[in-house]
Amino acid sequence: MKHLVEAFTELIRRASTDLPRDVCERIRRGYEEEKPGSNARAALEIILRNIEDARSTSAPICQDTGTNTWYVGVPERTPTEPIRKAIARATVAATKRCYLRPNTMDPVTGVNSGDNLGIGHPVIHFRTRNRPGIQADLLLKGGGCENVSAQYSLPDERLGAGRNLAGVRAVVLHAIHRAQGRGCAPGIVGIAIGGDRAQGLAAAKEQLLRLMPDVNTDHVLGEMENDVVAAANRLGIGPMGFGGRTTLLGAKATRLHRLPASFFVSVAYMCWACRRASVTIAGKRNIRFSQIAESARRYHR
Amino acid sequence: MARREMRTPTDEATVRALRVGDEVAVTGTIITARDTAHKYMVDMRPAFLRPILQGAAIYHCGPIMRKERKGWSVVAAGPTTSAREEPYQADVIQRYRVRVVIGKGGMGPKTLDACRRHGAVYLHAVGGAAVTLAGYVKKVTDVLKLEEFGAPEAFWILEVEGFPTVVTMDAHGGSLHAEVEARSHMALDRLLGRS
Repeated sequence: MKHLVEAFTELIRRASTDLPRDVCERIRRGYEEEKPGSNARAALEIILRNIEDARSTSAPICQDTGTNTWYVGVPERTPTEPIRKAIARATVAATKRCYLRPNTMDPVTGVNSGDNLGIGHPVIHFRTRNRPGIQADLLLKGGGCENVSAQYSLPDERLGAGRNLAGVRAVVLHAIHRAQGRGCAPGIVGIAIGGDRAQGLAAAKEQLLRLMPDVNTDHVLGEMENDVVAAANRLGIGPMGFGGRTTLLGAKATRLHRLPASFFVSVAYMCWACRRASVTIAGKRNIRFSQIAESARRYHR
Repeated sequence: MARREMRTPTDEATVRALRVGDEVAVTGTIITARDTAHKYMVDMRPAFLRPILQGAAIYHCGPIMRKERKGWSVVAAGPTTSAREEPYQADVIQRYRVRVVIGKGGMGPKTLDACRRHGAVYLHAVGGAAVTLAGYVKKVTDVLKLEEFGAPEAFWILEVEGFPTVVTMDAHGGSLHAEVEARSHMALDRLLGRS
């Protein structure tokens, strides 16, 4: 138990303070593309400095340390309750050490639990894996960008979006436009086509675990991912909504079967601080941290 | 676009001299206030805040603070989304003579109108840049309503030096947010073949 708590606490520290290299790379590329002297470039410069400052001082990249969503892979027949407990203890420890802000509030009483535990928190999704050891991917997603995430039901007459890929593209770009800078652009979008409402938003969020250079091997979805990024960057919203070329760092899409009556498109908008970290625990002395999520791999379809 | 320095608290003439796009480095006192604080300022109209907020800079921020042996230190303090304070901000600007609002994402027409009428500006800080921005805080002077509101929602009174911002809403009715919104809307229509 103790080694699990320690490993999970360290995972939270890494997720909160060390932005994955693939995301940094995209931000740096955006910085180089913005005009010297522009508000956009100045904003990206501060963002790049902040990423370094957070990493070197081991402080949270953003004070909103977000909803903590855990994707945990375990071998079959592994009891999950001890893992839940270890995650809860790690969450409390990480809050005490200021890697997490006390961030869970009772919506009825308005009381902050103070330790990031609460009804439904942290979020934990279990899956089985056919290899030994526990593998966990952690995603921290703040409230500003969660507030601009969106779900559409096609056809959407107001937006002229039908039940086809052109309709999907239209509503995804609409969501990015509607967000302006409020989701802390430049952002990343996870897209789920189909499913029911609950499935769609969960799958869209899980897409955010994928690495930036990862293009879907499904030809149609892969093309859509590239097209959405190119189109969004022609909107001119720019970093923080200051105007500029860098509006979207990446788009990751998946699909789920739908009912004949429903056609949902779910868009999970993530801020530039796409905080994720992964760990594999195969024994007390065999703990490996990584910036590559395992649970994202099954989403190439 | 110009680079400027500003000392807070400040006066009407100083904020009226600023224009959308100006980069402003703020030095002086800033006071954090977010959702609970704004509702409180409007509903309860506390008199003790009047001298504190006269000419002041309000910062939409729920920081991560660390309790030290003596006082507090700031761990992370980036801006939070300002749009949530839109129902309250105009009232707060008028009632308390607040001159500067610092946040992210911009605000709506009611606040823009209050900035124009009463002489105030909206300064945009870089969202998510919590550690770098915390580095500009030189001192935590005081905290109000800590017990009642909790750490993220309390009024933290901070001394900053050279805190970097951009004017995105000025005292002349100019709003970078409205401009970018309109321009990007045209771009969206073109991308979707609607124009």
